[in-house]
Amino acid sequence: MVINAKNLDHKALNEKLRGLSGDITIEECCGQRFIAAGMSGCSITINGVPGNALGAYLNGADIIVNANAQDAVGDTMNEGRIIIHGNVGDATGYAMRGGKILVKGNAGYRAGIHMKEYKEKVPKMVIGGTAGSFLGEYQAGGIIVVLGLEPGGKNIVGSFPCTGMHGGKMFLRSDCKGVKFPSQVTARPATGEDMEEIRELLSEYCQIFGWDFEEVFNAAYTVVTPDSKNPYKQMYVHN
Amino acid sequence: MRLEGQVRIPSGCAIAAVISREGRKMSGELITNAMKPMHDRSNGLGGGFAGYGIYPEYKDFYALHMFFDSRESRKECEAFLKERFEIVKSENIPTRKTPAITDEPIIWRYFVTPLKSVLESMQLDEKEFVARTVMKINTGMKNSFVFSSGKNMGTFKAVGFPEDVSEFYRLEEYEGYCWTAHGRYPTNTPGWWGGAHPFTLLDWSIVHNGEISSYDANRRFIEMFGYKCTLKTDTEVITYIMDYLIRVKGLTLDEAANVVAAPFWSTIDSMEDEEEKKKQIFLRTLFPSLLVTGPFSIVLGFSGGLMALNDRLKLRSMVVGEKDDKVFIASEEAAIRTMEPNAENVWAPAGGEAVIVHVKDGCY
Repeated sequence: MVINAKNLDHKALNEKLRGLSGDITIEECCGQRFIAAGMSGCSITINGVPGNALGAYLNGADIIVNANAQDAVGDTMNEGRIIIHGNVGDATGYAMRGGKILVKGNAGYRAGIHMKEYKEKVPKMVIGGTAGSFLGEYQAGGIIVVLGLEPGGKNIVGSFPCTGMHGGKMFLRSDCKGVKFPSQVTARPATGEDMEEIRELLSEYCQIFGWDFEEVFNAAYTVVTPDSKNPYKQMYVHN
Repeated sequence: MRLEGQVRIPSGCAIAAVISREGRKMSGELITNAMKPMHDRSNGLGGGFAGYGIYPEYKDFYALHMFFDSRESRKECEAFLKERFEIVKSENIPTRKTPAITDEPIIWRYFVTPLKSVLESMQLDEKEFVARTVMKINTGMKNSFVFSSGKNMGTFKAVGFPEDVSEFYRLEEYEGYCWTAHGRYPTNTPGWWGGAHPFTLLDWSIVHNGEISSYDANRRFIEMFGYKCTLKTDTEVITYIMDYLIRVKGLTLDEAANVVAAPFWSTIDSMEDEEEKKKQIFLRTLFPSLLVTGPFSIVLGFSGGLMALNDRLKLRSMVVGEKDDKVFIASEEAAIRTMEPNAENVWAPAGGEAVIVHVKDGCY
């Protein structure tokens, strides 16, 4: 099933999508928002630039974007997978609660802001390039991996990473010298045990984007976790 | 009807800009199309455009674009202008009737040059005189409003969606080397014609997506220097801050960007370049009241160039792309792809990182 999105606004495009299953291709996409919101049971390939909140509340569908994506990819997604063969804008994986977001290139500001997890629902995000400032802001759960492949002279992460982080885990493929983390988190070199947690995820990532797994996996990673269950309890009031 | 400042409405907004570094002219249609994929960022309560290089036949004259409530207010204002300027041309700004744009005021433009005798008696340079006159009209004459006052540039704005505003003003008939555009989703205030973006003074124009939480602190400071914030909407104050810092105080664009989107003290503390550190401390100490806080992405247009800037926390999106001689800036990449499907080097500047583009000397 092929849908040409030219001259369709976000409402018309999403109405066409809803209820479809199987393989769907969207051609000439240009900025339509909320594509595939809440959808499950289909695989959607997008040619062109999708609009903000791509795959919001996604519930199991697969989305492949053959271009850059804009802001808030996978906003509050619950299940499924979003693959971006390009860069993503700000607030990728905003409040994500399950599923995977795999990005070939760089992420803007606030990737993984307020990601969360509950029991078996552990969202995962892999950014192949570099991440902007406030990576994992208020992160409450899930796994964020930044690989820094082809960083182009930029630091693997911008300023103020992990601000307000109080759950989940972050993996940065770097020794992170010169990266300033807040006092409420611990950044340390990854152990073999840590790495086993992301072996399968990175294997899938490398297969999709054509990277050599050994080269990506066998490198120095830094792991960041919050210090305790409630590291901020005395930040505002002494109680 | 209740005006700006009397009602509070929550927000959005879209901005876009295009400039040719070679000074090649583009019709207003290009920038209009850029606004279409971002339609939902506006709500129809304001749209506007600024074009640079659009009045080559009158390039040595200030182009005053004006709204009047009535014929009487136009006559009164014209009498006032004649005492201060030589008016070389005075005409209706051509518009096209469209059902999407209603309740238009009387829209007029004057190409003027200040009278030498008046300048001499007031001991003012030309730009200062024009700026003061604009302030005088906008604060003193109730039913007259100057919404554009630069040379070889002009602002076109209205209540409506940007693509409809463009159709209304027949922007496809203008050609400029640089265009900026705005789709409004008013923050805090209802839309009215004067409150649409861009906000201009002399050849500065600002389009802004965001909401400035430092508005009142900024306003109190800038009003000490003769500026009057008459529109009760936050963006206006950024235009005056830029005019003050760059034209009056002589700061560079980069320095002005460092004042309004100043680096955090913690960032300054960790700077290794001692000269840079000293400069940042100096600017923050000298102009603390001109720090603009809250979310913003802006494009500042001026003769021969533009500057795009995000707030230092980057609470609004902004994307930049290039192709040949052209540089594109927009709230969304989709807008850039509409202007140039094969745009290259598409990237998002960091918070507080100014993107400055100049047209080659002699090409505008």
